[in-house]
Amino acid sequence: MSNAPVDHGRRRFLTIATSVVGGVGAIGAAVPFIASWNPSEKAKQAGAAVTADISKLEDGQLIRVEWRGKPVWIVKRTPAMLESLSKVVDKLRDPASEEPQQPDYAKNDHRSKKPEIFVAVGICTHLGCSPTYLMKDFDAQVEGIPSGFFCPCHGSTYDMAGRVFSGVPAPKNLMIPPYMFVDDTTILIGEDEGTA
Amino acid sequence: MFKNFMSWIEYRMPFMEKMNLHVLQYPAPKNFNFWYFFGSLAMLVLVNQILTGIWLTMNFVPTAEGAFASVEYIMRDVDYGWLLRYMHSTGASAFFVVVYLHMLRGMMYGSYQKPRELLWIFGMLIFLVLMAEAFMGYLLPWGQMSFWGAQVIISIFGVIPVIGDDLTLWIRGDYVISGATLNRFFALHVIALPLVLVVLVFLHIIALHEVGSNNPDGIDVKRPNDGQKIEDNVSDKFTFHEYFTKGGKKIIVDAIPFHPYYTVKDIVGVVGFLFIFCWVIFFAPEGGGFFLEPPNFEPANPMKTPDHIAPVWYFTPFYAILRAVPDQLFGAIFMFLAILFLALLPWLDRCPVRSVRYRSTLHKLNLANFVISFVILGILGVLPATPTYTLLAQIFSFTYFAYFGLLWFYSKNEKTKPLPVRLS
Amino acid sequence: MIRTLFTVLALVASSAAMAAAPAVHLDKAPIDLTDKESLQRGARMFQNYCLGCHQMQYQRYSRTFRDLGIPDDIGMETLGFTANKVGDHIKNAAPKADLANWFGAAPPDLTNVARVRGPDWLYTYLRTFYADPSRPFGVNNEVFPMVGMPHVLQELQGIPYKATETRLVDGVPTEVDVGIKTDGSGELSTEEYDRAVADLVNYLEYTGEPSKLESRSLGIKVLIFLGIFFIFAFLLKKEYWRDVH
Repeated sequence: MSNAPVDHGRRRFLTIATSVVGGVGAIGAAVPFIASWNPSEKAKQAGAAVTADISKLEDGQLIRVEWRGKPVWIVKRTPAMLESLSKVVDKLRDPASEEPQQPDYAKNDHRSKKPEIFVAVGICTHLGCSPTYLMKDFDAQVEGIPSGFFCPCHGSTYDMAGRVFSGVPAPKNLMIPPYMFVDDTTILIGEDEGTA
Repeated sequence: MFKNFMSWIEYRMPFMEKMNLHVLQYPAPKNFNFWYFFGSLAMLVLVNQILTGIWLTMNFVPTAEGAFASVEYIMRDVDYGWLLRYMHSTGASAFFVVVYLHMLRGMMYGSYQKPRELLWIFGMLIFLVLMAEAFMGYLLPWGQMSFWGAQVIISIFGVIPVIGDDLTLWIRGDYVISGATLNRFFALHVIALPLVLVVLVFLHIIALHEVGSNNPDGIDVKRPNDGQKIEDNVSDKFTFHEYFTKGGKKIIVDAIPFHPYYTVKDIVGVVGFLFIFCWVIFFAPEGGGFFLEPPNFEPANPMKTPDHIAPVWYFTPFYAILRAVPDQLFGAIFMFLAILFLALLPWLDRCPVRSVRYRSTLHKLNLANFVISFVILGILGVLPATPTYTLLAQIFSFTYFAYFGLLWFYSKNEKTKPLPVRLS
Repeated sequence: MIRTLFTVLALVASSAAMAAAPAVHLDKAPIDLTDKESLQRGARMFQNYCLGCHQMQYQRYSRTFRDLGIPDDIGMETLGFTANKVGDHIKNAAPKADLANWFGAAPPDLTNVARVRGPDWLYTYLRTFYADPSRPFGVNNEVFPMVGMPHVLQELQGIPYKATETRLVDGVPTEVDVGIKTDGSGELSTEEYDRAVADLVNYLEYTGEPSKLESRSLGIKVLIFLGIFFIFAFLLKKEYWRDVH
């Protein structure tokens, strides 16, 4: 056994250095384990953008398209419906769409690219039920407003731009997915000019 | 604050006490060499297998229809799935490399001898469970080798008189290997056997720490406290847990605390091992066709046997013994005996000297004979059974068993070298 | 005694190598996974000549496009005949039972064929078809005798035949095999044909393990890291063990 005095500084330096390098290695080793939980290629391909044909969409009609396993609504709003949007503003929780529930191009009064075509994810922001579209019978929920969305689970209500009314359980407006018009009658849901 | 918290814990569960006992103040002989890396490396590979295994089950589909495709899904569609799969498949082979070297270390330095017989037995049980674990795991990718390798090995049970046929049927749960077999092997592979393995490893370590580690000189690092002054006594310099000095009746003369000396040394071994391990994973994951066999990239086909089937390399020494014996039943018996004799080493070896360093030339040659026989049998097990190879397999099966017979015969009155008093 | 054993060991090992070698000599396939143009040509070969009967049911078009540097829209136009979406697997619509009837066995999936057979086998196989009127499709193969597959690349290679020459062997004129030649009716010269087959095999080697290039580049980094870690760990060990030595 050598009797040379222990160089504590060197010992501490090497201990810390080895620990740091080993720590970096441990973090590196964790990467594949963590990354493997990301959506796989299969999930990404299944969640790829879907196209919807709106050439046969009639005034006031709602069609559903499945995107990433969720119902996406496409509604062709009538002029009366668009008019009603301004009447309900004072009854809404977030009339100006301040919450980031939509792409920037849908942060307007009608929450859409084209005023008459409304696209939204049909999932209630409360607990994930899919609300019912009440084309004519909505005034039973909100007086004087003929059309809107009503969630059967806990009674949350949304106007024809998917904006949530005050005093219902749902906290936020309906989600607007990214979308773009490929041509006048075809919508691509899940992708827009920014991501494509 | 932290100190208070630790003493709160300590009062309710002696955490530091147990850490001191088993790691920090465990006295390990100071002369561990290269061969003593493989115990900690086996632990590392076990952790690797458990972690990557858990992650693989997240995407694996244990059905005959879905298994092969789900492995390809892991390899192609899951982020880093290929890496997790290669870590697991390479880890399986690495496990056996490490365990075989660990066992050889025990044989070289007589680590199975009194008082370490039970430690050795637990080790042999770990080896058996590990073989079962590896065998069942190899069926899961549901490739051609998975299917036909399992077919051959399960058929071995068929040679047992009277119950053989019913037994193979029961193991498979079907008339051939099928989805039912795959399901039960999956359950055993991912839950049952790993639990058993972890319990056995725990017992192995408890047994080790009770009797203390052997060392390359095979002599004791503790001696009775007879009040005599010992030069260079390490007990003056290092702190050991009082459990190991048994109330002053024993003095530790040539050991050092496991931490920091062997923790820092094992890190060097671990990094060196990882260098080789990662080289295989990233640059040669098939291991030259021995870790992942080419026919296993084809889905299992019960209608067509690959041209040449052999078990994975780590089973081939025993498989060669099985094939060397002309009679099927006796072949299976000899294969079983090949492992049983290893387990009986503590009683077959009657020499009081442990380490090969101080034993007779005859013993050194005999040990070399064992290693060479084992390696050649391993090579022969991969090759097709031509008459020449079968003859060679018979010769080396004989020399394999001769090791145990000779050892029992000469070890009683072996001419050994004088043992040193202190570790060299 | 030990020396004798080692001699035997060497003997066994060398005969092992002999036993593993196939009966026919295999030419070395010029594989280069970094050659994207070769891989693209290989992918086109596969789509044009193989996909009619064989599938790549584990490989997605999108993966091939991404790894080979082909933009999705161009890829779908030029290669994606059988795809509805870019994320589809490379499959065909051929009726499996009929194929099995026509060729005697169902054409195997080719995603992993390079890992099952090895690139050298494939490279040699596709270049050693030869005319044999006794076979149903008029061709046989050197490395896969009695093969059920017709010579699909015949329009490229021309009609291959086993060439023989009369040579003097021990003073006796004897017919000697001099390899496979073609009648020159194909679109490609022999060198061009070899190149085309090499491209195809290169692509098959890629699809067998699409992660290979990623694996190698990541592997280098990991090994360099471990090398650095080793230096620190080794110095640390030396420092502490000064207490003991």
